[in-house]
Amino acid sequence: MPGPKYPGFDTLALHAGHTPDATFGARAVPIYQTTSYVFRDSEHAASLFNMERAGHVYSRISNPTVAVLEERVAALEGGVGAIATASGQAALHLAVATLMDAGSHIVASNSLYGGSHNLLGYTLRRFGIETTFVNPRNPENFRRALQDNTRLVFGETLGNPGLDVLDIPAVAAIAHDAGLPLLVDATFTTPWLMKPFEHGADLLYHSATKFLGGHGVAIGGVLVDSGRFDWEASGKFAQLTQPYAGFHGMDFEEESGTRAFLLRARREGLRDFGACMAPMTAFQILQGIETLHLRMPRHVENARKVASFLAAHEMVDAVGYPELAQHPDHALARRLLPRGAGAVFSFDLKGGRDAGRRFIESLRVFSHLANVGDAKSLVIHPATTTHYRMSDEDLKKAGIGPGTVRLSIGLEDAEDLIEDLGRALAAAKRSLKAE
Amino acid sequence: MDFVVDGKKAFAYTAAHTIDPAKPTVAFVHGAGLDHSWFGLQSRYFGYHGRNVLALDLPAHGRSEGPPLQAIEAMADWAMRLLDAAKIERASIVGHSMGALTALECAARHPARVERIALLGAAYPMKVTEAFLEAAHANDRAAYDMSTIWGHAEQAPIGGNPNPGMWMYGDNLARLERLAPGVLYAGLKACNDYAAGEASAARIGCPALFIVGSRDQMTRPRMAAAFVKAFKSAQTVLVPGSGHSLMAEAPDATLDALIAFLMTETAQ
Repeated sequence: MPGPKYPGFDTLALHAGHTPDATFGARAVPIYQTTSYVFRDSEHAASLFNMERAGHVYSRISNPTVAVLEERVAALEGGVGAIATASGQAALHLAVATLMDAGSHIVASNSLYGGSHNLLGYTLRRFGIETTFVNPRNPENFRRALQDNTRLVFGETLGNPGLDVLDIPAVAAIAHDAGLPLLVDATFTTPWLMKPFEHGADLLYHSATKFLGGHGVAIGGVLVDSGRFDWEASGKFAQLTQPYAGFHGMDFEEESGTRAFLLRARREGLRDFGACMAPMTAFQILQGIETLHLRMPRHVENARKVASFLAAHEMVDAVGYPELAQHPDHALARRLLPRGAGAVFSFDLKGGRDAGRRFIESLRVFSHLANVGDAKSLVIHPATTTHYRMSDEDLKKAGIGPGTVRLSIGLEDAEDLIEDLGRALAAAKRSLKAE
Repeated sequence: MDFVVDGKKAFAYTAAHTIDPAKPTVAFVHGAGLDHSWFGLQSRYFGYHGRNVLALDLPAHGRSEGPPLQAIEAMADWAMRLLDAAKIERASIVGHSMGALTALECAARHPARVERIALLGAAYPMKVTEAFLEAAHANDRAAYDMSTIWGHAEQAPIGGNPNPGMWMYGDNLARLERLAPGVLYAGLKACNDYAAGEASAARIGCPALFIVGSRDQMTRPRMAAAFVKAFKSAQTVLVPGSGHSLMAEAPDATLDALIAFLMTETAQ
């Protein structure tokens, strides 16, 4: 007798979290542009506030449109649930703020988005949360940096901008040995390329601004919990396993078991920090997710063609794309990312900063801007933009040189992208000769 | 709250209240492989509305020590010993699936101690397919998949969860993956082997309520209806659209049915 079957990824991308509107039959997800929700009576109001009934009270805490996005991403990732936030950065902050207090410590990959590096390395330090950054290429570096007060291990599925592939199974095992959860930023991979929970990660988040939304029209984040980490057994997370005076003495783990992390993140984190997602934003990101399974293969296909072109070009010193045999994580990428290593990667241009400027300014199809994961192809010079606050030493540790250029490969005709890059590389070469 | 039953740690959620023997008590008993938090919303409601709540973790489930019990009758007797540990003489028992059979046996074996029983997702016989039992016996993940998919209405992975932001399948799977090997099998086998349903139902003198999901794939409405006939008297509330996981799929309708049944004057 065949076993029962789960809906496929493509079906979930289109439907999860939503049934057609019962009142008017609207097929698309309605945009519930409302701050608040009418209670049936006083008893109903009281029971909603006291979490005796499910439902919406105030859109900072939850909203029906946003809830569809949250459930959809949770379904695609295989989590117990999700919380949508105002941005990917807000999702990272929400995870950290839910799990730790002043005096806590994080072990993080040093190959991170510049904004994440700022938050962990500078801003959170002001609030008493310290981070040790380690080279993720050797997972044992995470173990060596653990301290008694460590409460989180963190990395990106594909590091920014050098595309270090995080060995999630190995790093997760190290974290779990220490009774700690592994949080990953899965923005560059999306659940179509990799499901980090299947490899051992416990929490993940996306900058939904990028591939999930996919069209560069909305800023948002989504924090997802696998529900697999046993906070009680760890013994290190009183935030989730002891009565909390800030929420009527609730012991979140006792109250909700697998949902403890999300319960506190929503009921405290969204309530007090307030970095919620707007319903219109959720709607726009949902439109993107409905075609994620169609867009990602094309992103990857184009990225492969562009990476191969650049790798063979005389003006290019190196291409940091894990699908190329010379990338140090090539074997790991084949194991963890069989569908492809994404569509954001960097390359090192010969000629340094001036050549880089001439290259970028000569591009016509690629847009020079600070974003990735758009349907349109994008380019940026990390050393002067996304990672400009990092010291030269930290830049070097993160694999960023003065001539490093980051590309986000879109959905245009690959031939047009290659032609555009070829023209700009020729311009960069001419600038070298002119010097 | 931790108790000691048979020399082992036994946990029951009390909605952050101390137990007051002067108050009426509602005990909740979960289904195979699950735990007290499956009744999260409903048990919390009663805890904050003048009732003692004891949402049990059966042995080897949730926070209670194992090993798992092997028979429904043993689960019922264990539940009574937990009431003893909590110094509760009488209680209404709300049970889901395997817990519903346990609630029935509590009332049949200990009639003086049970005021009312509410049976959610209940049927008799509660036969489990051979493939499901074999997978559970082998601790094969396929058993978790069967429990999850058959444990919800067919639309569950598509439709919106009443609990904002949560994905029911994921939540169910995460709970099952926390189980020690053999625990799900023990529960399923206990359901499959349970043979006292008709005789016990015929002995029930206390008020009984069935809450039935119209799209239940595990204990289908027609099976529940046949079980109802074994009782001298039992009410039935049909919850449109819900599958087997009534507390998650239709939390408000389930709670409303329990309030109407347990909060009446005669249930005080």
